[in-house]
Amino acid sequence: MLSDFPLWPDQASTVAPSVDALMTFMCVVTGTVSVLIFIVIFYLAIKYRRTPENELAQDYEPPKALEAAWIIIPFLVFMFMFVWGSWLYFRIQRVPDNALDIYATGKQWMWKFQHPGGQREINTLHVPVGRPIRITMASEDVIHSLYFPAFRVKADVLPNRYKEMWFQATKTGRYHIFCAEYCGTLHSGMTGWVEVMEPTDYQKWLAGGAEGSLASQGEKLFQKYACNTCHTNDATGRGPVLLGLYGTNVMLNNDTTVVADENYIRESILNPQAKIVKGFTGIMPTFQGQVSEDDLLKLVAYVHSLGTQKTAVVPVETPSSFKTSAGSPLNPGAGSSPQTKGKKP
Amino acid sequence: MSVVTNEHPAHHPFLQHHFEDLGQQHEASTLGMWMFLATEILFFGGVLCAYWVYRIVYPEAWSLGAEQQNKLFGGLNTIVLIISSLTMALAVRNAQLGKRKSTVAMLFATLVFGSTFLTIKSIEYWQHFHEGLFPGVNFTWNEVPALAPKVQLFMTFYWGMTGLHALHMVIGAGLLLWMMARAWRGDFGPEYYGPVEIMGLYWHFVDIVWIFLFPFLYLIPGGHHV
Amino acid sequence: MSSVTLNDVRFVEPEGARNYITHDYGALSWLLTKDHKRIAILYLFSITALFMLGGFFAVVMRIELLTPEGDLLTSDTYNKFFTLHGIVMIFFFLIPSIPAVLGNFLLPLMLGAKDLAFPKINLLSWYLYIIAAVMGLYIIITGGVDTGWTFYTPFSTQYSNTHVFGVTFAAFIVGFSSILTGLNFLVTIHRMRAPGLTWFRLPLFVWAMYATSIVQLLATPVLAITLVMLMFERVVHVGIFDPALGGDPLLFQHMFWFYSHPAVYIMILPAMGVASEVVAAFTRKKIFGYSFVAYSSLAIAFLGFLVWAHHMFVAGISVYSAMIFSFLSYFVAVPSAIKVFNWTATLYRGSVALMTPMLYILGFIGLFTIGGVTGLFLAAIGLDVHVTDTYFVVAHFHYIMVGGAVMAYMAGLHYWWPKITGRMYPEWWARLAALLIFSGFNLTFFPQFILGYLGMPRRYHAYAPEFQVLNVMSTAGASVLAVGYALPLIYFIWSLWYGRPAGPNPWGAVGLEWTTSSPPPMENFHETPVVTWDAYDYPAMLKAMGETQNV
Repeated sequence: MLSDFPLWPDQASTVAPSVDALMTFMCVVTGTVSVLIFIVIFYLAIKYRRTPENELAQDYEPPKALEAAWIIIPFLVFMFMFVWGSWLYFRIQRVPDNALDIYATGKQWMWKFQHPGGQREINTLHVPVGRPIRITMASEDVIHSLYFPAFRVKADVLPNRYKEMWFQATKTGRYHIFCAEYCGTLHSGMTGWVEVMEPTDYQKWLAGGAEGSLASQGEKLFQKYACNTCHTNDATGRGPVLLGLYGTNVMLNNDTTVVADENYIRESILNPQAKIVKGFTGIMPTFQGQVSEDDLLKLVAYVHSLGTQKTAVVPVETPSSFKTSAGSPLNPGAGSSPQTKGKKP
Repeated sequence: MSVVTNEHPAHHPFLQHHFEDLGQQHEASTLGMWMFLATEILFFGGVLCAYWVYRIVYPEAWSLGAEQQNKLFGGLNTIVLIISSLTMALAVRNAQLGKRKSTVAMLFATLVFGSTFLTIKSIEYWQHFHEGLFPGVNFTWNEVPALAPKVQLFMTFYWGMTGLHALHMVIGAGLLLWMMARAWRGDFGPEYYGPVEIMGLYWHFVDIVWIFLFPFLYLIPGGHHV
Repeated sequence: MSSVTLNDVRFVEPEGARNYITHDYGALSWLLTKDHKRIAILYLFSITALFMLGGFFAVVMRIELLTPEGDLLTSDTYNKFFTLHGIVMIFFFLIPSIPAVLGNFLLPLMLGAKDLAFPKINLLSWYLYIIAAVMGLYIIITGGVDTGWTFYTPFSTQYSNTHVFGVTFAAFIVGFSSILTGLNFLVTIHRMRAPGLTWFRLPLFVWAMYATSIVQLLATPVLAITLVMLMFERVVHVGIFDPALGGDPLLFQHMFWFYSHPAVYIMILPAMGVASEVVAAFTRKKIFGYSFVAYSSLAIAFLGFLVWAHHMFVAGISVYSAMIFSFLSYFVAVPSAIKVFNWTATLYRGSVALMTPMLYILGFIGLFTIGGVTGLFLAAIGLDVHVTDTYFVVAHFHYIMVGGAVMAYMAGLHYWWPKITGRMYPEWWARLAALLIFSGFNLTFFPQFILGYLGMPRRYHAYAPEFQVLNVMSTAGASVLAVGYALPLIYFIWSLWYGRPAGPNPWGAVGLEWTTSSPPPMENFHETPVVTWDAYDYPAMLKAMGETQNV
């Protein structure tokens, strides 16, 4: 019976002990101070209670230095809490480098997960223990929030924008997944389980049921939607070459640059006029409404996979004209990190 | 003297009983109007912030949207409003001096200019509506289709902000009529002109809002691009 | 010239004289009144009714939450219940409560004025409130709203099939009620203080109302324009907040919280003002560090405008924004801490009477402290990632709103009841109710901290089975709480006919309001007082009055 009555959640990730440590510190400090205040109030209220001998208060003011003390000391304690909290937050937000990629879609009222090998799950997520997992996610409709209490991580999932979160599980087992941002009728039903497995078990699980990797499915879509007719592998196409694009800096026709990350690729498919590459005109049609969220993920994964290939591009300044197909505006070698933050104002 | 007594000698007909004297009443009503204007600053400020966020994110659509505005009408309206603020200030002055007919005349002039503004604005609205620039209802945008939703967003801000402003002008026009009636009745003089003064504060504020709206909605640089 | 004492400025009416209640009769004399005291009573009736409506939603939700399954209500109905509970309690109960009832009644009395600066606007405020409340009731009856009181987009603009437009319009109207009340109070405090009543002679309740009014004046218009944009979006679908059309749902959140965070200070600052008055009266001492407490109210009002995005730490703001808002949120905790310490220090060498108002305020200090320190937990962004959007937050704000603001409101009602009605409430029943409310409250909401840390999200109709025991505890507490609230309803009404008649100053307190009759005459003061004494100058005043009431 008592095991059905937990008072503390499972600690199943690398950050969970740190979060719990901060929580414990906060409880101890604030609990102690609060109890002290209560004791003082209790004591003073009784010692100085109103009696016929004590009808009027004694004319006395405690020293003013006390005021300074209880402004400065709490402030310093608060600053300590702020620093600790911020340090922990950075740890939670910064995705480590060798993370395994999982793609997630939230929609009313279910979670869909896709593994890089193409395996798809609904409301369940299988992950290996001991490895950082990066989840890239978007919503198909309203704002949701992906929450793993046992890992102590949560992030809102927004429509039309990719966000990332990460965790590294430390214990095998089965833990809750909750949606934590109210999203309509079955918000409280938008729950699931994350199954943390030994790496060998995870491989076995992966092997049973793949449709081909996300990227290879994306390649099929790339041809299905005729993207390859403009985006050829050399500079003769009507559109920019996508080979080696991922993660580089792209020069736009208004002379600003942008990093070619997941958000950029996704936006370019749905709203190609938003960022036109320098040297090209905006003739790419939009695929808004034609490509589902799942297919978008596959296309993005495919373009991502092209980024690891060698590029052979020469930056050439061309006048804005779509008659000539010479020149690619890509600027290789800027070498900025492909981390996506996806945070706009 | 430990207490202040108010026996009731004949007091000014417009002194409200909870005030000590006309001076306190006047100070209270002007402070009240300033506070109300502070709320209006926050109200318009909110939508201006939203406008700025999108302006930064969609500069081309914003330039294109501003291109659709009739700068002649907008400029004319700006001048009309500034003159109306002048006549309003003169009305306050005349009320302070107790010049009944001049007060009414200046209030009337303010009303005329205000109505001119609203007339020109209505013509603009009518034109915009017929050009298919009312968001959601009949919005059509044929060049650069990908920008259409963003230009529609600009138009939303245009109609919304100028509409709110026009609503405030209409209310102001109604208040001006009321002030005119009171001035005609001879209510105002050197010891009691508060209502005209706070009318003036309101009117000047509505003018200042327009001074912001005009460059923000009509004069965005950038303009046409292929 | 000897110094003026309170003795010289007694405004007690002779026996049998008319007071503001008996001044004239008839419904119209109340519904068209311009008297601030009558308007306060009108508000008292309205917000009590709406408190019961908001409480009804809460009771049904807590009954549903006895079991993990969603078996009492459908999901849609439950979602409407938590939405309406929030909307009714925040906009129609907490925000008006102390300002509209106690503030309206007491401010002119405390300032030595005959009324507020703009009595007709005061009445207009009440009518705006009533119009909004009637609209809200109509919407509740015809189907309600299910967006949550926070109206996040795009759910509220595109996906909800309920009366979003109507409810946001009602909230828009009640916002103007709040703005006008704040405006009225600010002008009154600035321009209608009695001669000699300088700023630092003002009661701390007035300082608190001043700070509250600044927030009401400046924050509420931002909610107004946000709701206007929401209403427009709902009808026309242009994409102001819809990402599919280029809009930004985070823009809505920023604008919404820019009001709604200062709004919580609208709810707590008046409560702190009541606390200062009650602590002073029931220790018979000037509040320790008077000027610090006064400045703290202003600091809270100002800093409260700078922290809104701490509601958005996981929403998609940048890491650096999160740090800034976390830092500022710790800043705003400091003035609240100052007040708690100062109230405690006032007890030292005081003459502490544990009457009902004081019991409520001691409870307030305790519960507000717990609620406040859990705010520190939430401001630690690394910790907030885990506990935001869970029952931890629900517990946090209920500790402050209910354990804090509502307890202080109860304290204020009890403390000034004799002044408002001329009757004493029954002390022992009142103490029992206070005890029930305190214990019921803790049993209801403390388990929710644990539930939140365990991971139970908020706004959940059904939940994981291991959360049941704590939920049952919470519901048990809620039933005690309900009894605790029912008792004052009964005995306050009882006291109107059978309560012991109260004299002008049953508590032996210092303050201009205690120099008038209970209830006061219509015009408060026949002659404007001239104030020459400090705030809470207990030693001088009570000796001068020669009056030590046995309480």
